Parts: sequence; structure tokens; C-alpha cells
Amino acid sequence: MLTLKQSRRLQSLLLGLLAWLVALVLFFPIFWMVLTSFKTEIDAFATPPQFFFTPTLENYLTIQARSDYFHFALNSVVISFGATLLSLLLALPAAYSMAFHETKNTQRLLLWMLSTKMLPAVGVLVPIYLLAKQFELLDSRLLLIAVYTLINLPIVVWMVYTYFKDIPKDILEAARLDGATTYQEIVRVLLPIAKGGIASTMLLSLILCWNEAFWSLNLTSSNAAPLTALIASYSSPQGLFWAKLSAVSTLACAPILIFGWISQKQLVRGLSFGAVK
Amino acid sequence: MQTSTLKTPAVETPAAPARRQRRRASPGWFLISPSVALLLVWMLVPLGMTIWFSLIRYNLLYPGEHAFVGLENFEYFVTDAGFWPGMSNTLLLVGSVLLISVVFGVLISALLEASEFLGRGIVRVLLISPFFIMPTVSALIWKNLIFHPVSGILAAVWKLFGATPVDWLATHPLLSIILIVSWQWLPFAILILMTAMQSLDQEQKEAARLDGAGPLAIFWHLTLPHLARPIAVVVMIETIFLLSVFAEIYTTTSGGPGFASTNLAYLIYNQALLQFDVGLASAGGLIAVLIANIAAIILVRMLGKNLTQQ
Repeated sequence: MLTLKQSRRLQSLLLGLLAWLVALVLFFPIFWMVLTSFKTEIDAFATPPQFFFTPTLENYLTIQARSDYFHFALNSVVISFGATLLSLLLALPAAYSMAFHETKNTQRLLLWMLSTKMLPAVGVLVPIYLLAKQFELLDSRLLLIAVYTLINLPIVVWMVYTYFKDIPKDILEAARLDGATTYQEIVRVLLPIAKGGIASTMLLSLILCWNEAFWSLNLTSSNAAPLTALIASYSSPQGLFWAKLSAVSTLACAPILIFGWISQKQLVRGLSFGAVK
Repeated sequence: MQTSTLKTPAVETPAAPARRQRRRASPGWFLISPSVALLLVWMLVPLGMTIWFSLIRYNLLYPGEHAFVGLENFEYFVTDAGFWPGMSNTLLLVGSVLLISVVFGVLISALLEASEFLGRGIVRVLLISPFFIMPTVSALIWKNLIFHPVSGILAAVWKLFGATPVDWLATHPLLSIILIVSWQWLPFAILILMTAMQSLDQEQKEAARLDGAGPLAIFWHLTLPHLARPIAVVVMIETIFLLSVFAEIYTTTSGGPGFASTNLAYLIYNQALLQFDVGLASAGGLIAVLIANIAAIILVRMLGKNLTQQ
């Protein structure tokens, strides 16, 4: 017979095993991608699938030569950072005034901003495409920076707003009484206090920009194409390419995956518009 | 709310200096306006153009012809062979992924919270990882490494049990895409719900346990009500993104075979950028906007108060 304590421990062990099993199943595609990236093409295509093989770095060493990886990676970096900085530049003053100079319209305004995210991208694809064509911005980094800034702006404003809301108003009022201008108030007092929150907002925005794949596929072809588009170009079969595809995918996802792991707690807040902390 | 108590009595005085001072003390509009103006332009200009294009004949292959045709584009779009499959696929895709991510999201995060076990932190990291994989990568990894009828993992599992491997994307295209998209969005639900569960008052739980409530009763009467708001958040955010699922279809099935895995987003892309029919695509775009708005009205009604009451 099991004592109560023993049966509790057994139950806990079984639940833990189940949780590990679920996690391994969900993670398996990523694990398999990384594993395949170290195989030769022959091993990658072998049946039954190979778990043990002689690893090779060949796929990684030839990525640059085969698909000009750095060109696309640079586009991803420039576009993601550009859009993130621009949206923060717009969002910081807006969030400041909503958090510290609240009026009766503030809540309505916040919800309205959120509602602009409800406009599905496909609904405005055609005009954006034609406007971009008209202004000769198709396949330019500038265009993607502008589009990403606008699609992420509501989320960035919301997230910064919820961080600002946690800061006691007295601190800013003290600065104001000391004669600080609004600009000094934001830059000298508010930003240093809120830098943690702003950093996580940046991280969330970077992740969203890096992984965006609707506008990048429709508005770029080669010049400004980021990594999402490079990977999409692998969709047409070109002989044995499983291992190469895995290598390029692993490289494209690794930085964001690590960002995500580091900032999971803070992301929840941004992604739920401050509703879950 | 605070400002209303600070407001001067409702008598309009011509005292300009006082008003100027108040405005100086509240730089609100000046600082918000760039964001608001840009979002307003971003929303209204394309939407206005879409509405205009949807009412005229406009094909990039026949430039110069912009006759006003009323609702003809809508008629063509709705009677297009791809319309009903596109509509039902969109609803099926959004509905199934929402159902899968909410149900399994609740179960998996409850499982994680149910007991202390070795490596819980690692399990958490593994569970949320798929959310950070870019859509084109997850689509191609599933297509080539998991679903492939010869060398895919599922084919190997099927063979292990003596069954004939299935060519998933060819025979069950929509189901396959639902699986891929669920794999990306279930982790999002887990991420949100897990965090929400951690904020549940442990003392309350302990009190219920001491009162003799079983784990199921605690889950049903305590945990689930506590999760109502985070679940609503998950539903809302996922609906926004799921209505525009595109890359996963573009890189795997191209909407086929036939229209078996075409959703509204892909159908519109097909008409606008492959067949160059701007008028028709705009009509489709407006229908997508309409659907999103119906969903949004329902969801914002449900959520609006919840979200802003901090």
C-alpha cells in the first residue's frame, strides 16, 4: 500500500513525465531542423530518418556562397531595427501623454489604436502595393520600415503605456516643479526609470518585425527582401536540399529564438496589451 | 477620471491666460498627434482606395480603363469558384486553430502548474519556442521534414505501425495547414495562460484545498474563471493574425489542390498580384475587412472593459 505522501509523489512524477513528453513533441520540429542542418543531403533524405550520423558543417559553410545569406540578413536587421526605433520614437511621447496627462478620451484612444490592428492586411494590400509602385518604393527597405512601424505602433504604444502607468506620478511632478520642460521630464527622468520596460518593448517589436511574412513576401523581390523571403524562395523543390534548407532556417531563427527565451515574461505583457502581467 | 474632478466649473470664461496655462500644463494632444495622425492615414487612405477600386473596373493588364461598375466586382468575387471554399477555409482555419490553442493551452499550462518537477523551466522554454519561429521556416520544415511522404517523420511513424504513409499536403491540405498554424499559435496561448495562472492567488487555492475541494473542482471553479480574461486576449490576438494567414499557404500548397487550402488572404493575393485584377481583389479585401470587423466588434465588446480596467 502507498502512503498518502508516496501517492502524491508518484502523481507528481507522472504529471512531470507527461509535461516533458508534451514539450518534447512540440519542440521536435525545431530539434529535427537543427539536427538535419548537420547532415549530408543523403543522410537528410534517408529512410528511416537518421538520428545518428556523422555530422558535417558543410551546409553552413556553403550558405553564403549559395544564397547570399548576409544580404538578406542585413535587410532583416536594418528593417527590424529601423522600424523598431521609429515606432518607439513615435510611441514614447504618445504613451507619456496618455499615462501622465490622462483625459477622458485616453481610454477610447487606446482602444481605437488597438482597433486599427483589426484591419486585416489583405484588406489594404492592393492600395499599399499600388501606392508603393507609384512612388517607386516597391522592393525598398524604406517601404518595409514604414509598413512595419505602422503595423506595430499600436502594440508598442500599449506596451510602453502599461509600463509608464506603473511609475508614480509624483516623481515627474517633482521634476516639473523644479522647472523641467516636458522634453527634460521625458528624457532625463522618465526614460531612465522605464528603461527596462522600453527594452522589452524593443525586443517584442524586433521579434514581430523579424518574423513578419505577409508584407515582406508581397512587397519585396530581391533588393530589400528579408530572411522570411529568402526562406520562402526555398519552397520550390530543387533536388535534394533538406539539409541546406535546415541550415539556413536554423541561422535565420536562432537569434530571435534566443531573444524570445530571454524575454518570455515581459513579452506576455506586451502581447496581451497589459492585460496579463 | 482625475481630470474631471480638477476641471474648472462649466462656465466658459473668456480668460485666455488661464486657458493657455492649462494647455501648457497638459501637452497631451501635441505629443499623441503624430501617432494618431499616422495611424489614421494608414487606416483611411488605403481603405478609401480599396473602396474606390472595388467600385471600378481596374485591371493592371488593361491600363486606362476605369469605368464605374457599381457592385459588379463584388458580384464577380462572390460568384468566383474560389469564394465559398475561401470563406469556409478561412473560418475553418481560424476556428480550429483557436479551439486547439485555447483547449490545449489551458490543459498544458494547467499541467505545468499542477506539480513541481525536474526541469520545469526547460519544459516551459521548449513549449513556447515554436512561437518564435518565422512562418516561412515553420511551413517549410513541416512540409519537407515532417509531412514528406517519403522521408518525413510522419511517414516513418506510419511505416513503423505497418500503415501506408500519407501524402499529407496533397490529400489533407487544409488539415495540414491547420496543424502547422496551430503549432505556431498554441505556444502563444501557453505563454499567456501560464503567466496568468502563476498570478492566481496560491492562498485561495490552498484554502479551497483545505475545505476539501478536489483538484478538478479547484480547476473548474477557481482556475477557469481566473483565466477568462487571458483567454479572451488569446482569442482576440490570434483572430487578428489568423485572418491573414498567408505565408504558410504560399510556401506549402499555393492554395491547392484546386481551392482546397485557399483562404481569403490567399485568394485576394491571387487575384491582385497574379491575375492583376485590382477591382476584384479590392472587393475581396473589403469582404475580409467586413468579416474582421464583425469579429472585432464582438471581441472588443467582450474585452474592451477588461483591457482598460487595470
